[in-house]
Amino acid sequence: MTTYTATVTVRLKRGVLDPEAETTKRALERLGFELSALRSADQFEIDLDADSASAAADRADEMAERLLANPTIHDYDVEVDEA
Amino acid sequence: MTVAVVQFGGSNCDRDAVRALGHVGVDAERVWHEDGLPADVDGVVLPGGFSYGDYLRAGAMAAHSPIMNEVRDAAEDGTPVLGVCNGAQIGCESKLTPGAFTTNASARFQCESVHLRVENADTPWTAAYDAGDVIEIPIAHGEGRFEIGEERYEELVADDRIVFRYCDAAGNITEKANPNGSRGNVAGILGECETVAVMMPHPERATLPDLGRSVDGQGVLSAFV
Repeated sequence: MTTYTATVTVRLKRGVLDPEAETTKRALERLGFELSALRSADQFEIDLDADSASAAADRADEMAERLLANPTIHDYDVEVDEA
Repeated sequence: MTVAVVQFGGSNCDRDAVRALGHVGVDAERVWHEDGLPADVDGVVLPGGFSYGDYLRAGAMAAHSPIMNEVRDAAEDGTPVLGVCNGAQIGCESKLTPGAFTTNASARFQCESVHLRVENADTPWTAAYDAGDVIEIPIAHGEGRFEIGEERYEELVADDRIVFRYCDAAGNITEKANPNGSRGNVAGILGECETVAVMMPHPERATLPDLGRSVDGQGVLSAFV
């Protein structure tokens, strides 16, 4: 068993309105920054023991599928590194 | 008819639901989620509130409470299940109902009275109304924008699973009358069967005459009679 860190990034699907990101973008503009778009995402770092990186990725993938992301509105990706 | 109003950590409309159900003649009791559903339950309400502080997403944590497996089994057996506000978010997160309720287009919490048009009067939840009726019920939510993919949305429309849409006082479905940016002004939908429904507006807050406002929510709760 090796200890891995799986990083799960959950984002709204493209095209799904993100009112919090829009509000954040406007706040940055009020501070004088120039930007054309802003997207936000949630990131989860999960330490876990697994036989291989792909086994760790599979488990993190299932975590995203079942809880961390809502497939109706979210896309997600999983990256695994040895901790 | 005993209806279980499921109380999660952070539910806060459970007492209101019990009282409003009592007013329309339905025996109801609060049930702590860890205690499971009573064996003789004849109906389930998932009440409003802020279960588990809306951590991760509104309703995401409560949706995975073990009692939801019992609620799903009861729903499959034909027991009526109603999710209101946070209960609606829990319903979608637990896949009792399709789609998702997410951040209002305004990015603000909105607490106001809204008009709803009855889209499908052929459900237990709307039997007290006629299709096209306009009723007035309050909303109180920050995450009530109904989202679902285009294809699934069209299926819901085709299958008559949209129960209520936000409308103006005359019953027109307009962008202005949509308080949260919901797709198709959707305010309430059915699950796989018509005995399961979720809605963001609060029928239990429009039931008791003592509150001095609309009692239009009585019809929804009468489904349990």
